[in-house]
Amino acid sequence: MPADAHRSRLLVALLLAPALLWLVGLIVLPHIELGVLSLRARVAPQVHEPSLAQYRTFFEEPLYWHTFVRTAVMSVLATACTLLLAFPIAWTIAKLARGRARSLLFVLCLIPFWVSETVRTLGWMILLRESGVVPALLVSLGLSAQPPELLYHDATLLVGLVYTSLLFMVVPLIGALDSLDDSLIEAAYDLGGSGLDILRRIIIPHAAPGITAGCIVVFMLTLGNYLTPTLLGGKNSQWFTEQIYTQFITRFNWEQGAAFGFLLLVLSTVIVWAGLKLAGQRFGDVMRRT
Amino acid sequence: MIPSLPRSPWLRAAPWVYATAFFAFLFLPLVVVAVFAFNNAPYPAPPWRGFTLDWFIGSRQRTGLFGDAALLHSLWTSTLVAGWVTALSVAVGTVNAFLIERVDFRGKTTLSLLMLAPLVIPGVILGISILAFASRIAQFADDTFGWELDFLRPGLPLVVLGQFSYIVAIATLTISARLKRFDITLEEAAYNLGATRTAVLRTITLPYLRPAMIGAAVISFLMSFENFNTTLMLVGSDAPLTVLMYGRMREGASPVLNAVSLFLMVASAALALLLVRRGPRD
Repeated sequence: MPADAHRSRLLVALLLAPALLWLVGLIVLPHIELGVLSLRARVAPQVHEPSLAQYRTFFEEPLYWHTFVRTAVMSVLATACTLLLAFPIAWTIAKLARGRARSLLFVLCLIPFWVSETVRTLGWMILLRESGVVPALLVSLGLSAQPPELLYHDATLLVGLVYTSLLFMVVPLIGALDSLDDSLIEAAYDLGGSGLDILRRIIIPHAAPGITAGCIVVFMLTLGNYLTPTLLGGKNSQWFTEQIYTQFITRFNWEQGAAFGFLLLVLSTVIVWAGLKLAGQRFGDVMRRT
Repeated sequence: MIPSLPRSPWLRAAPWVYATAFFAFLFLPLVVVAVFAFNNAPYPAPPWRGFTLDWFIGSRQRTGLFGDAALLHSLWTSTLVAGWVTALSVAVGTVNAFLIERVDFRGKTTLSLLMLAPLVIPGVILGISILAFASRIAQFADDTFGWELDFLRPGLPLVVLGQFSYIVAIATLTISARLKRFDITLEEAAYNLGATRTAVLRTITLPYLRPAMIGAAVISFLMSFENFNTTLMLVGSDAPLTVLMYGRMREGASPVLNAVSLFLMVASAALALLLVRRGPRD
């Protein structure tokens, strides 16, 4: 029936409209605009011409690409630390805790993340700054003569980044470990596998999708973080998003800022893609797990 | 390992020791923030100088949370933005769920993959790209038609759009996951009994989706309220709470920030409790 076919086409079009408005208007076109901006240079007020000058600046100015590499390395490091810290707790919740204890532990994991990152960072600042709680404690315990400044170090920055990311690792890990049948572990044990064998050959392969999902999300969030590096790392943090902010908002050099933004986007895409390849996962499947 | 395997007592205790340490780490910053909201000193730092409610209600020399007009205004701004983002995200997320689960069209796989993209684009980049694109349109409208499109300049409408651009992806995932599990025979039965499309949607499908829509709404509201990265790039003169707090934290902290943080903790805990009490989560 043509009338019916017409109606169902209309239905598809109606359902499609908001999604297209969203994806084209807020994601695709803005990113094209960003790409175009990054590939031009201002030669006079209101006059622009195509140019690779912004990208050349990035490679010629050591500060910029040092910051870039540093951000990437620190993000990978933070992701690895988050995985190591989150795995045992995910295991405890998924495999050891039972009944009420289990849901209680799970909710306890979630609670801190219902509160804004700003609040959590404020907590770390009160704990770690020179006049803060931990330095005062160190002095009163006689471990230090002067209250040490614990903010503005790389280690502090790492703690802050890991702390912010934990939830996004714990949740997919619990999901992955939960579906692992205990009898597989028992069988491996009965066949003489040691703890390490079981971990390497049973648990990790089974949890791989969850691990990949957690790592991708955590890496992406860390790379794009602005709040934690600026507040806990201060001027020493040298985080790439700060460069983007400086160019875009402070200096109003949108062309340079757009180039930096694009570079960050490429970096995150490449590392996420490499991670997926390494784990043999597909993007769509992984993202639906988180 | 798992409980059914033989383990030494030490190994049996280890996970619980670790869990205790882990949760201490998790809650330490929050506890500190809460405690110093009541310290009778001008800075949120030790030593403890006695209990006071000054940082909430204020006193002669001190401005408390309830007397701090800028802070209260930013709290209202955040709520307003979060309300808009939530309404938009749940509405569009529901339509998207039907699009993904119910109809077929060319390029559907590509589209549903593209819907996940905003989740892996760093928030800062979402912010600057929308900022750049919006001002290009505004510039174009000004040059060609002489229109002043103020809502495309940095400000709350752009903040709403920026946050919406990725929060709607989460709402879509949440709602379409539930629609996927829907038993289609329920709808067929209703059609057989002579119900119209609208009636089926209103009395069967939407009530079934309700828990997921409420869940998506709560998540959207919280994510919008907490958002900092995207917001910072798009904000105009009206700062939402996170941006205002960030500015004040850089200048040097006052315990008023602890007070407002404690208020946020209590509010979000209440919201969480409400959600948990409503029934098992999906």
